Amino acid sequence: MNKEFLNVIVADSDDNTLIFFKNILKELKISVKVQCFSNGKNLMEYLNNDDAVVPEIVFINYAIPGKTSMECLEDITSNSKFKNMVTAIFSEPIPENEIEDIFVKGAHIFMKKQDCFDKLKKVLTEVITINWQYHTSGLNKDNLILKV
Amino acid sequence: MYVKFDFNALCKKVLDEKLKEHGLKYRLLNFGEVEFYEPLTQEQHNLFKKNLEDYGIEIIESQKTALVQKIKDAIVELVFSDEIIPVKASIYISEKLNHSYGYLSNLFSEVAYTSIENFIILQKIEHAKALIIRNKQSLTEIAHKLNYSSVAHLSTQFKNTTGITPSQFQKIIGRRRRVQSMVINPKMQYE
Repeated sequence: MNKEFLNVIVADSDDNTLIFFKNILKELKISVKVQCFSNGKNLMEYLNNDDAVVPEIVFINYAIPGKTSMECLEDITSNSKFKNMVTAIFSEPIPENEIEDIFVKGAHIFMKKQDCFDKLKKVLTEVITINWQYHTSGLNKDNLILKV
Repeated sequence: MYVKFDFNALCKKVLDEKLKEHGLKYRLLNFGEVEFYEPLTQEQHNLFKKNLEDYGIEIIESQKTALVQKIKDAIVELVFSDEIIPVKASIYISEKLNHSYGYLSNLFSEVAYTSIENFIILQKIEHAKALIIRNKQSLTEIAHKLNYSSVAHLSTQFKNTTGITPSQFQKIIGRRRRVQSMVINPKMQYE
């Protein structure tokens, strides 16, 4: 399948994190179009809109305000419109059993939040590259579980 | 009368005119490379390609992409084959596609944004996941089937690729299925 770029959405209430993500995603070899949201409610309102382009991947902060990340995840997994979308949750360190629950609820990727630019870049490069392979090589997205 | 052609200028001019004709937003780079400001739809791509054929101009990029697709297909065949193929992956791929491995390897990395080696690992782990989900074979059997020297080797590569162990993967998928069946049949949770 031919693809020119990935559509990516990042949702976090912290502006600095959003800028961090944007700057890094711009630097990657794989072309990415980024859109940002500052709370869960706005994110879901946008995604549920019929005119919205469903992105290939959405990054949601585990502790996002407005609507919790787990409520967003439930809406996403219960709507077949999002069956080709990859959901990544990022967070400060949390216990292993909580991470497992996030996967069980349907997230594909769990990402430890990195405060250092270089570390975040490394992790995001890995996530975007893997996503590129899933979206261009017909891999089964239901089996995508990645913890970075 | 004799005329002298400047092929480079001529081709560039034709390309320039055709791109304009098709209403595409672009920038001409050197060595016959065109950069589009907006991605072409499949329809635009096909129309443009067909139109250029009349001038003997061929779009190479799609050939590159086609070759990379062939490499991917060969890898999937190699990894998902029921029998263990007794040659090294590099030899298998280069013989199958009739190009040197060095050439294919560079081309693959350029187009697919990952190396052939990493793509093989990714496919092997995908295959392992599918077999784990089917739940018919032990991890030892799966490791053997996928040509790993030991379960430990498979587990290490699984963890390096996904960040979790095969048993964690199995557990998550199992719990997901139970959650899904409860959503479909809410009575089940009381049974």
